[in-house]
Amino acid sequence: MQTDTPRPMFDTDELVINMGPQHPSTHGVLRLILKLDGERVLDCDPVIGYLHRGIEKLSENRDYTQIVLLTDRMDYVAAATNNLGYVETIEKLYSIEVPRRARYIRTILSELQRVASHLLWLGTHAADLGALTVLLYGLRERELVLDLFEEYCGARLTYNTMRIGGQPVDVPPGWDKKVLAFCDVQEQKLPEYEQLLTSNRIFMERTKDIGIITAADAIAVGLCGPPLRASGVYRDVRKDEPYAAFDEMEFDVPLGVRGDTYDRYLVRLEEFRQSIRIIRQAVQGIPEGPIMGKVPRLIKPPAGETYHAIEAPKGELGYFVVSDGKSVSPYRFRVRPPSFCNLQALPKLVKGHLVADVVALIGTIDIVLGEVDR
Amino acid sequence: MSEAPKPAAENPESSGTPKPEAPAAAPMPPAAPRPEPKSGAAAAASKPQPKAAAPGSPKPEAKAAPPGPPDQAPPADLPVPAYVTALQSGLAGAVEHVSFWVGDWTVIVTAARFAEACTFLRDTPGCQFDYLSDLTAVDWPARAEKRFDLVASLYSTTLRQRVRVKARLAEAETVPSVTGVWPAANWLEREVFDMFGVTFSGHPNLRRMLMPFDWQGHPQRKDYPLEGPGELLMESPQDWLKARQAAVEADSE
Repeated sequence: MQTDTPRPMFDTDELVINMGPQHPSTHGVLRLILKLDGERVLDCDPVIGYLHRGIEKLSENRDYTQIVLLTDRMDYVAAATNNLGYVETIEKLYSIEVPRRARYIRTILSELQRVASHLLWLGTHAADLGALTVLLYGLRERELVLDLFEEYCGARLTYNTMRIGGQPVDVPPGWDKKVLAFCDVQEQKLPEYEQLLTSNRIFMERTKDIGIITAADAIAVGLCGPPLRASGVYRDVRKDEPYAAFDEMEFDVPLGVRGDTYDRYLVRLEEFRQSIRIIRQAVQGIPEGPIMGKVPRLIKPPAGETYHAIEAPKGELGYFVVSDGKSVSPYRFRVRPPSFCNLQALPKLVKGHLVADVVALIGTIDIVLGEVDR
Repeated sequence: MSEAPKPAAENPESSGTPKPEAPAAAPMPPAAPRPEPKSGAAAAASKPQPKAAAPGSPKPEAKAAPPGPPDQAPPADLPVPAYVTALQSGLAGAVEHVSFWVGDWTVIVTAARFAEACTFLRDTPGCQFDYLSDLTAVDWPARAEKRFDLVASLYSTTLRQRVRVKARLAEAETVPSVTGVWPAANWLEREVFDMFGVTFSGHPNLRRMLMPFDWQGHPQRKDYPLEGPGELLMESPQDWLKARQAAVEADSE
């Protein structure tokens, strides 16, 4: 805070401080170097890499089939969509036809995963802002999704649930009923979150007009997913470049207007409803048939390269894979992590805001450091 | 840059190994339009034909690095999208090669005009690639004079189309940064610098992205050892490799 007549005793200095890497609100091991003028942030320099495990390098020395479980470890709260992006990339590179039933199962799983990921985001974001109840509510419903995943594939966090060419297992009997029951429960719970947050005066004060980014800026800086849509850009990979069975689903893409933290909250909240809508359509319209396509015993795609993107809960998750045609491992395996590209916008978002808003803004871009650092 | 000498010292041996058919700058001669069993629909054209095994020359050692990406030429009957022809006519001489594979179009431009081509693709009506999806690199150590491929995946949020732009770089070559074209390139270029050692001129802040600031070497290069860690590995990967080799030999005696 600048005063008109600064007294020597109380003059202000710029202060450079570290936030993280062990700060609880950085959702992992993110370190921010903040340059402060009092409480106001002048500049921010994120330092990442604390969770770098070299997944790209590792994948270049593993079989194509072994990489699926490495992708689990990137965005570990949305493992199913990571699997989906990877297997679809290899299927595209290899021109493998995936049976329609498998594509429907994938659609259901990826939307369940989106709900689970958004629930965790909602809870932690609200908890960062002091509304601890929402965290408990969010984890309560996320538990139901994890139960569904556990029943489908046996795991609760890192699912390893997709294979190149299809699905490893069919849905267990009665699972579809449970999924529909979960949809009903989730839909009933959504008003509870809204009641706690949407017109909560403290929440609105903390989020409205915080971290505004215009549509042009958001595109230029490479934002993706809900933060990009909250700035009013109609961009959803599910609509633009349909994959799995999304071309057969009917759903809307919620858009924000102002591009602030509050809009990003509203967009994600509406995405819950759209995801539930997709899950219902997919469960009710799931066709009979095989779940595994014709896949060679040895996965060895012809020489070539491809980039394939899907809409992960955090945004556009892309894989760029180069095959040399001779080896059973990719020659180059590159992940375009949505969290990494969204985090890049953080310095732009926090400039001029208070230190407490940095916490809100880390929450609103919804990063997972396992994916940022790979 | 203190790490520069080491990869440079390493390079002669890696560029010495490749087979005589090394003039690999031109990708995989069989550019003769692949025999297309079902001519017609783009869908059929996007089905890749497993390549006839690379020209003869049985490799003595199985781990011979491939000389470069195939960069398949598009089938003759496939219409070339307008943004590719616009770039070819708008920037005469910049486009080296156009490639098509499993539905993806790739334009290979000269490294010096990489940023220029990107600016053109962003600003020209009909292209409008305003969104940088991804920027990365691929290391082809066997391709002696142009070791790296710089690969940018572009998307147009208005016209909803995709294209990939590639440039071939020599080991010590500096490429103009595209941070001025898309600010999104900032961290992506830092990561390429960190992982491959490619330097970008005009980048506002070219530091390591994921590895510690005092790390030696560039991990995504193909000649970088996979195993680790260790003090020596951190300080000098090549010395570490030699030390390990010596230990293995001493063990077998």
